[in-house]
Amino acid sequence: MNKVVQMLLVLTSIGILAGGLLAMVSEWADPLIAANQKAATEAAIFRVQPEGKNYEPVANAGFEVYKVMAETNEGLGYALVYEGNGFAGKIRMIAGLSEDLEKITAIEILDQIETPGLGTKIVEEPFTKQFIQLGTNPNVAWVKGVEPSKPNEIQTITGATISAKAVVAILNDGLTRLKKLHADGGLQ
Amino acid sequence: MKKQVTLQQEFIKGVWDNNPVLKQLLGLCPVLAVTVSAINGFAMGLAATFVMFMASLIISTIRKTIPPQVRIASFIVIIATFVTIVDLVMKAKFPDLSKALGPFIPLIVVNCMILGRQEAFASKNKPGRAMLDALGMGAGFTIALVILGGIREILGSREFFGLQVLPDQFEPWIIMILPAGAFLTLGLMLGVVNMYTDRKKRMEHESIVAHYKRVGREELIEELEVK
Repeated sequence: MNKVVQMLLVLTSIGILAGGLLAMVSEWADPLIAANQKAATEAAIFRVQPEGKNYEPVANAGFEVYKVMAETNEGLGYALVYEGNGFAGKIRMIAGLSEDLEKITAIEILDQIETPGLGTKIVEEPFTKQFIQLGTNPNVAWVKGVEPSKPNEIQTITGATISAKAVVAILNDGLTRLKKLHADGGLQ
Repeated sequence: MKKQVTLQQEFIKGVWDNNPVLKQLLGLCPVLAVTVSAINGFAMGLAATFVMFMASLIISTIRKTIPPQVRIASFIVIIATFVTIVDLVMKAKFPDLSKALGPFIPLIVVNCMILGRQEAFASKNKPGRAMLDALGMGAGFTIALVILGGIREILGSREFFGLQVLPDQFEPWIIMILPAGAFLTLGLMLGVVNMYTDRKKRMEHESIVAHYKRVGREELIEELEVK
């Protein structure tokens, strides 16, 4: 009986001490972690909307979208964060859009776990640069092996067609929802 | 337990003789998964060393209080506490590194190397020795990870600690930063280490044989062969 009591006592005290210590560390770390995440989002927004100086989240959108403003507080456009399936896992990206949603200002891939050396090229400039000033009406399309000829087309990556197509598909999915929200007046 | 081991040996054994990666082959999951670059290996090594050091210190201090029936549970709770601390601190202060190491920091909890040291050493020795043991094992782990990560980073992305060391003409070997590259590199590293240890053992053996021959006691050589 004595042994049982000792076992309970020791394990419980270790648990209580560990819990207390973790509560203290967590109290210190939580605001810092939140600040890091906010800074990362903020930096990404201003990278896809280079002229942006200010931003605010669009409330009740149902997905992550920010209204980006210039210094004088006039609207510049939007920054849309959207995710979907890539070749190996989720791809999460951010796209900057003009105010009428007709043009993309830039895109950036935030998270991905594509094949190193092949699929990961979607993060690199030769691919992402194609999206700058790309038209979104009709939806973004891709071509394979030839130079894009229309203002809404991009070229896929050799050896990573699925990853490149996934980026286009995610972008179009997000755009469709955003355009619907725009038509419903949800962006005002 | 009364065998005399100097404090220095207590530390060195983890770095070489009992290196957790190269000799004991423990904790290989993070070893293979995170070593796509030297800095990842280094960070992983430091995180595991810190956890092992703190856990060894505390467990060896209270080793007589913990009833043997609940020792594993106690070890895990203590290890998990320090792993969570490392995870939170890294997320707060080094978000990029924390993102690169992903789920492998929380998984230090179940790293058999750390639990192994608690069970085999910290729960049977005084805090001072347990601390040295943890530091030695941690150093051995970190060194192995940095070498493995370094080789993979140099060949797989032309860089070492983020600095380009191979010219642009060198086409990176993609396989080195894929999981297969980790297995290949670790296998070759183990091969080299074993080759070295074998050669050293053989040379020792030969020198003993030569000594016996010199003093004219050939009958002892046969005894040596049997051993």
